[in-house]
Amino acid sequence: MPPISRGFRGRRPTSTTASRLPPGQYETRDFPVLSAGPTPHTPLDKWDFSLRGTAGKSTRWTWDEFQKLPRDKITTDIHCVTKWSKFGTNWEGVSIDTLLAEGAKQGVEPSPYVMATSDGGYTTNVPLADLTAGKAFIAFIYDGAPLHPEHGGPARLLVPHLYFWKSAKWVRELRMMDENTPGFWESLGYHIYGDPWREQRYAGDE
Amino acid sequence: MTAPPPTRIAWRLATVVDVVPESSRTRTVVLDVPDWPGHRSGQHIDVRLTAEDGYQTERSYSIASPPEERHLSLTVERLEEGEVSPYLTDELRAGDQLEIRGPIGGYFVWDVSAGGPLLLVAGGSGIVPLMAMLRHRDIATASEDSMARHRIPARLLYSSRRWDEIIYRDELANLARQDSTVEIIHTLTREQPQGWTGFRRRIDRIMLAEVAWPASEKPRVFVCGPTPLVESVAGTLVDLGHLPALVKTERFGPTGSTS
Repeated sequence: MPPISRGFRGRRPTSTTASRLPPGQYETRDFPVLSAGPTPHTPLDKWDFSLRGTAGKSTRWTWDEFQKLPRDKITTDIHCVTKWSKFGTNWEGVSIDTLLAEGAKQGVEPSPYVMATSDGGYTTNVPLADLTAGKAFIAFIYDGAPLHPEHGGPARLLVPHLYFWKSAKWVRELRMMDENTPGFWESLGYHIYGDPWREQRYAGDE
Repeated sequence: MTAPPPTRIAWRLATVVDVVPESSRTRTVVLDVPDWPGHRSGQHIDVRLTAEDGYQTERSYSIASPPEERHLSLTVERLEEGEVSPYLTDELRAGDQLEIRGPIGGYFVWDVSAGGPLLLVAGGSGIVPLMAMLRHRDIATASEDSMARHRIPARLLYSSRRWDEIIYRDELANLARQDSTVEIIHTLTREQPQGWTGFRRRIDRIMLAEVAWPASEKPRVFVCGPTPLVESVAGTLVDLGHLPALVKTERFGPTGSTS
């Protein structure tokens, strides 16, 4: 039993809210920004997106090509490791399933793990199984408008069932990996997988 | 070869040693933490509160104390709408216990071995992790030869709304007075005391160009504060030629909020 914080009453969420909040999280109506460095600004005519296999095969889309891919609308709760959760966020983007299907035509074979790489050098590792079956997207519209650079625009990875650091801002590449190599935060003390419902915040959390 | 599984960062029971008023809106909570594993300047901890019925909530706070100090201190700004900060600033007192977990974060960190010059830019309570760096620098270079400080000069550009909201105001003034290799530059954005001769506007490009070392000196830059300030400062520094990899940031709060 943890010690009682003398005089602390707290602000309990309603039962509906509570059921949507993973352990240790609180709801925010804002959209906080967490980034380790300056926000990169890549012009759309210089932007491209690559999907790379382990055997040297790859697929690349320009911004215009990417915009022509079929897109999904996503409404989802998001959970940041710094404790805030935001409910019912609205996005549009291309499903990773779509990219994998396109990649397969170019000979890009699936591997068990994926490294996402962003402008500015940010990386994060995700098992492929967490990116498929409609679970993840490359999102470029937020609340009906182009995704703001502070929030990862022009395009960010969206993997809403994991802590939000996995949803790499400014993402430019998904690269297949045979090993689960840690990315940026995963090398700096954060959890290798990051399931908010199991409160996997930091390395060593079960 | 498989690396050994990492050890879980355990919750620890800290005892409040003191709660010290720091500015009109902030208090410093001084903690005694048995078996604290040590930390680096710039890191933070998680704090967990438990109500009588078992309800719990957690928040993250930057560590204000340098690694060299025996006690761990947090400086907490009272947010009127906050669930946790008013408890920490108004209710908590010496002898109370607090569950904490850390240290956390391995990127927004600096120690003297990382070298300098050290350029710190803070908005409001964003000063806290930067203060841990200045305090560490002060202690770590004090015992060395006098050249140590000259090798790692430090500048802090600190934006506050008004004079009585400047956190660590006297301590910063003392640091600058006792150590000619530390420069403290304030800007007061809302209200200035009579006779104020310093900056009186939000941090902008002209101010940064005036205060910052040129990019060719490769200063190690740490920027911490509300999101709009950090976005603007970090972006401007990159425009001025600073390498993005040398500009480390920590943001708090939503986009578009006013400081």
